[in-house]
Amino acid sequence: MIRLIVQRLLLLIPLLLGLSVLLFAWVRALPGGPATALLGERATPEAIARINTLYGFDQPLYIQYFKYLTRLLQGDFGVSTRTARPVLDEFITRFPATIELTVVALIIAIGIGIPLGYVAARRAGSIIDHSSVVVSLIGVTVPVFFLAFILKYVFAVELGWFPSTGRQDPTINATHPTNFYVLDGILTGEWDAAWDALMHLVLPGIALGTIPLAIVARMTRAAVSEVQNADYVRTARAKGIKPARLRGDHILKNSMLPVLTTIGLQVGLLLSGAVLTETVFAFAGIGSFLAEAVFNADYPVMQGFVLLIAVVYALVNLFVDVSYGLIDPRLRRQQ
Amino acid sequence: MSANELPLTDGAAAAPLHTSIHGDGPGGEDHAGEGVWGRAWRTLRKNPVAITGFIIVAAFVLVALFAPWLAPYGPHELPGRDEVRPTMIPGPSAEYPLGLDRYGGDVLSKLIWGARASLLVGVLSTLFGLAGGMALGLLAGWFGKWVDFGAMRLVDLMLSVPSLLLAVSIAAIAGQSSMSVIVAIGVVQIPIFARLLRGSMLAQRGQDYVLAASALGLSRRSVTMSHVLPNSVGPVIVQATLTLATAVIEAAALSFLGLGGGEPSTAEWGRMLTAAQQELAVAPRLAILPGICIAVTALGFTLVGESLREALDPRNRTRR
Repeated sequence: MIRLIVQRLLLLIPLLLGLSVLLFAWVRALPGGPATALLGERATPEAIARINTLYGFDQPLYIQYFKYLTRLLQGDFGVSTRTARPVLDEFITRFPATIELTVVALIIAIGIGIPLGYVAARRAGSIIDHSSVVVSLIGVTVPVFFLAFILKYVFAVELGWFPSTGRQDPTINATHPTNFYVLDGILTGEWDAAWDALMHLVLPGIALGTIPLAIVARMTRAAVSEVQNADYVRTARAKGIKPARLRGDHILKNSMLPVLTTIGLQVGLLLSGAVLTETVFAFAGIGSFLAEAVFNADYPVMQGFVLLIAVVYALVNLFVDVSYGLIDPRLRRQQ
Repeated sequence: MSANELPLTDGAAAAPLHTSIHGDGPGGEDHAGEGVWGRAWRTLRKNPVAITGFIIVAAFVLVALFAPWLAPYGPHELPGRDEVRPTMIPGPSAEYPLGLDRYGGDVLSKLIWGARASLLVGVLSTLFGLAGGMALGLLAGWFGKWVDFGAMRLVDLMLSVPSLLLAVSIAAIAGQSSMSVIVAIGVVQIPIFARLLRGSMLAQRGQDYVLAASALGLSRRSVTMSHVLPNSVGPVIVQATLTLATAVIEAAALSFLGLGGGEPSTAEWGRMLTAAQQELAVAPRLAILPGICIAVTALGFTLVGESLREALDPRNRTRR
């Protein structure tokens, strides 16, 4: 197991190096040249001259790239042209918000998707099966930000059941030791603050979770329909095994492998979707910050965030790969 | 979503496809020697899901093609400019069946012209992605070895960045125009098509008919081009149909993020949806109508793509 993790971590190195080359080239391809791109349109000639010497934009490309790489390894991802704060700091402050949001979205997607797909496959042709098809279609055809609009309009503006924007009511004066607002409220015992933060997560969580929900439901349905007709399931049933064990150990557990892979891949979709969902709900995570960076041509933030998000995405998929062994003992032996 | 989804996995299914593509398979009422595509077509004709999808897509294409005759106003016209106040946006009336938007544009006309804009972005970006992906996949599948290795690492690299972020980064280089949106969405699709085609070609390479063709002395080029490639494009075509749906949605997402250039009043569904955000409480129809257009169009392409996938899947083939 540990060997596998180390192996996969080592494979990350060439990927990240390749990505850094691409992002390095990207800044140079931006309109207006790298110095203007990194400092913004209103940069003074002195500032441009300063960054030219600092980043070595007047030197050969390979030296520039090594300087860039050295800065990355030291944790220097540049400075936002909009907030004038280091990109890494901006990322670290906002990332907990996005983690909270994606976790809620994943809970919705897995919590509803797997049971829905399972029941749809077990009772093929039933109303639940048909409704699972409808959910799957909504998931792949409705743009996530349109869904966010509708949820916001109906449940926040019209019905007023949930707050429409932000992470927490600004009148609640809560302390934030970790920046995970729900967790903060629980840790400090400020239950109303935790509850309020949770209420702020409901609508964006549903908006973000719907597409993965549709995909997870579909994948589960396909996997369960295949497994439930497998020979070993028939044998187990003929042996007179308890129905609960048949469902749990034989059918559900064996169909979870493709579903798990799908869930890992959804994280990329969630991070893309977070950009749109967080913007609609003015939710202060990395997604809405990135969208503002795009609006304001804040290239250092775009460059740094793309790299950091790719690292997160790769680590999540590493985690998913490793967890295969927990589900499937055959893979554990191979590893 | 890789090898186990490739429809052509047995030699018996693979071989007739080649003949049917060249049009020399036996036709008529006897379907015995019919190719994969002919069979797929007959399945599709009887499938209500496929028919629904085809009708939606056909309606969308017709509206896009005949926009100048169907739309009461031009794409840049703002006929109700003087009737719109910041606090009051006139709703549906006899003159404007779907009402006005905040700029004074006729919503019906803008939706109709928007179909044209979406079709253009969808088709062109998919063609771009398809061409790039086929080229890369073919290169990898043909040369193998280190070319294959290099191409697939490039694919891994592109897939390591969530698709929307990749598109946004590319659009930032390409500048503010609808062309840049097309290129951005197209590039994002390249790795998907490349990986599919390569996987599909690898699965074909070991087939008996390929070995037979090589044994008969056919050159590598003609084996690849006239045997392996035609039999490998099935999943790629299915993917392209499904991509048309995502391209329409992604184009809307990019305009939502302020990319794509042009006036904010442009007759384009994504842009209309973005502009409507401010009036969500006053005039929700401004967001709902373009949103429904995007969703229905995407639904049409998805239904066609999914039923095509099913029809091409040999596991779903029934004996007659």
